[in-house]
Amino acid sequence: MATAILIIAGIGLVAAAALAVADRYLSVREDPRIGMVTAALPGANCGGCGFAGCDGYARALVAGTAPNGACAAGGAACAEAVAKILGVEATATERRVALVKCCGTRSEAIRVGDYNGICDCNVAAATAGGDKGCTYGCLGYGACANVCPKGAITIADGLAKVDKRLCIGCGKCVKACPKHIIELVPASATVHVLCANPDKGPAVRKVCGVGCMGCHLCEKNSGGKEAGHFIFQGFLAKVNYENPPTDEQVAAKCPAKCMSVDPHFETGH
Amino acid sequence: MKTVKSSFRFKGGVHPDYNKELARDKAIELLPLPAELVISMSQHLGAPAKCIVKPGDFVTRGQLIGEKNGFISVCVRASSSGKVKAVEKRPGPAGGKADAVILDTTAQPPEAPESPVASTGEGPVLPPLDWKAATREELLKRVEEAGICGMGGAGFPTAVKLNPPPGKRCEYLVLNGAECEPYLTADFRVMLERADRIRVGIEIMRKILGQCAVRVAVEANKPEAIAALEKALADIEGNVEIVVLPVLYPQGSEKHQIFATVGRVVPEPPALPIDVGCVVENVGTVAAIADAVEKGEPLLSRVTTVSGDAVAEPKNVLAPCGTKYADLVAFCGGEKEPPAKVISGGTMMGFAVPTMEIATTKTTSGLLLLSRRRVFQYGSGPCINCGRCLRACPMNLNPAEISKAVEADDIQAAEKEYHVMDCIECGACSFGCPSYRTITQMCRRAKNSIRARIAAEKAKAAAAAKEAK
Repeated sequence: MATAILIIAGIGLVAAAALAVADRYLSVREDPRIGMVTAALPGANCGGCGFAGCDGYARALVAGTAPNGACAAGGAACAEAVAKILGVEATATERRVALVKCCGTRSEAIRVGDYNGICDCNVAAATAGGDKGCTYGCLGYGACANVCPKGAITIADGLAKVDKRLCIGCGKCVKACPKHIIELVPASATVHVLCANPDKGPAVRKVCGVGCMGCHLCEKNSGGKEAGHFIFQGFLAKVNYENPPTDEQVAAKCPAKCMSVDPHFETGH
Repeated sequence: MKTVKSSFRFKGGVHPDYNKELARDKAIELLPLPAELVISMSQHLGAPAKCIVKPGDFVTRGQLIGEKNGFISVCVRASSSGKVKAVEKRPGPAGGKADAVILDTTAQPPEAPESPVASTGEGPVLPPLDWKAATREELLKRVEEAGICGMGGAGFPTAVKLNPPPGKRCEYLVLNGAECEPYLTADFRVMLERADRIRVGIEIMRKILGQCAVRVAVEANKPEAIAALEKALADIEGNVEIVVLPVLYPQGSEKHQIFATVGRVVPEPPALPIDVGCVVENVGTVAAIADAVEKGEPLLSRVTTVSGDAVAEPKNVLAPCGTKYADLVAFCGGEKEPPAKVISGGTMMGFAVPTMEIATTKTTSGLLLLSRRRVFQYGSGPCINCGRCLRACPMNLNPAEISKAVEADDIQAAEKEYHVMDCIECGACSFGCPSYRTITQMCRRAKNSIRARIAAEKAKAAAAAKEAK
């Protein structure tokens, strides 16, 4: 009995000594602020900031190599909390959300073939460019919805739609889309052009009932070119999100009906 | 010259319905010049050619309109004289958009006296060369400036293939006349009607590649072609053999052809046939080389099989590159009934196309219009582990596991464990699948995302190297 107690106590002593030595010589001092910053971040691990998860971003923040405010999911509140911990200023960034720049539903945009392969946009796009007549439009096979960590994207009527309330702006869908028609836009912007086809009007009309023809009417209605609310690329209007239009009548007056007032809420959950 | 039977049979392969009788007895017919040609700058594998004409220009037949743009690239010449209507992006058969020159062939040449006299189709485009007297470099240059690329389907630049890198020697020149794709008879007709051109092509290529053994591979279901080639090649000098291959799909695949004729196995990519001392060329390409050298005729037109049960008169048509599919079908009597599916190429590896506005390229071997009766609409079912795709796969892969990995979005497993990059996308796995799984498409998806990843990594490394500088 006594021997056993002695042996156990001896092992305990040796182990304690080893631990003490290890603590003295092998320890890695971690900045306690890393843990605090990680706790302040939303913990979605979406990777939208460009770092490997929230922990990676927290380390970069503490090291001073990343700008405060890159977390799209946390937004301004998160940036402020981080600023308090680190004693730096929060760079004010607006919450950004994904926008699918296409409104060609099955009834509006013609389909030129019957695609019955794998239900994935990337595969469909690799098969004769997809079954949609408009080669720029949303195919609606859900490559974006599959990668969305928040389930904010739904596919309805052959078209992907983002629910603004759920979107954390991580940008994964932007990368997944083979047609490159998803863009991160400021959440406060209400007027959007939902088309990505830069072709001439007649060519657009041939393939889609709701395609932008580049008529510049939205620009005229929003105060002309000087106001700078719209940028034109070829025959495609784009909202200048640095200076977005606020007058929602502009969208209502679009003759092509490809503009929308905050389409995000059209599909609720 | 002798005719031998192939002594090597590759593993796997399938026997689809060949349906070649629709067009096999139809002699090659010349298509009347269409009013409009859409000449793509991307008719070959590699970088698209750089367009050097602008709208309003008048081009003569054979005039250079697209410059070779990089090492793996091919120049493009005008298939006919005419006025350039526009230069714009047009979709190709595989879906990708590329710059194309839209040519109005009905336009009259301008009367300007200082412009060179426009030849409207008559006379040689390039000065004819005597291949016996010409040097290797001259011949190689001619192949390059004639804009010749592989006409079997992939469109690899022929001049690059015929110029092996230093240290590698071509021991066997394999002529691919297998034409294992169902419906297609274009190569068959070329072998039958232009066997003498193929002979000249062989002589020229032997001169470019140095003395090498020649193997002309023809599937056993083309006895007339074998007879025609035997007659044309009867007194050819050197080691030339016609190898009769068993009828098996994908016998026309480059790797399987090399195995069937020479018994050598091409290692996995990036190894090329030249690494095992072989150069494989389609018989159509060989005839084009002969024309380019002897007649000074660049690759401006090719034989395309227009077939299928929805076309009124299936034909083998010699059409200028850039002919719209609609013109081809109109020449073949139009549609017998509305096609349910239009395929550019063969039924196994061709592309379903959504519109007849797409134009032929140097690689368009066929255009198939299939009626509702021949087109089976299905949904991809679950794998039942029957193993039929494993038996069918000619590349010794495990398509069942690849498709399951892709379904689970595990591209890494498909690449590292199941070697999906070795897949030649022949379609043998999907062909026999009792669950109608789109296995080939899933392989293609895995390959596409792996290629995209590699390209992204390369770009990243290049950017990092630039920054380091």
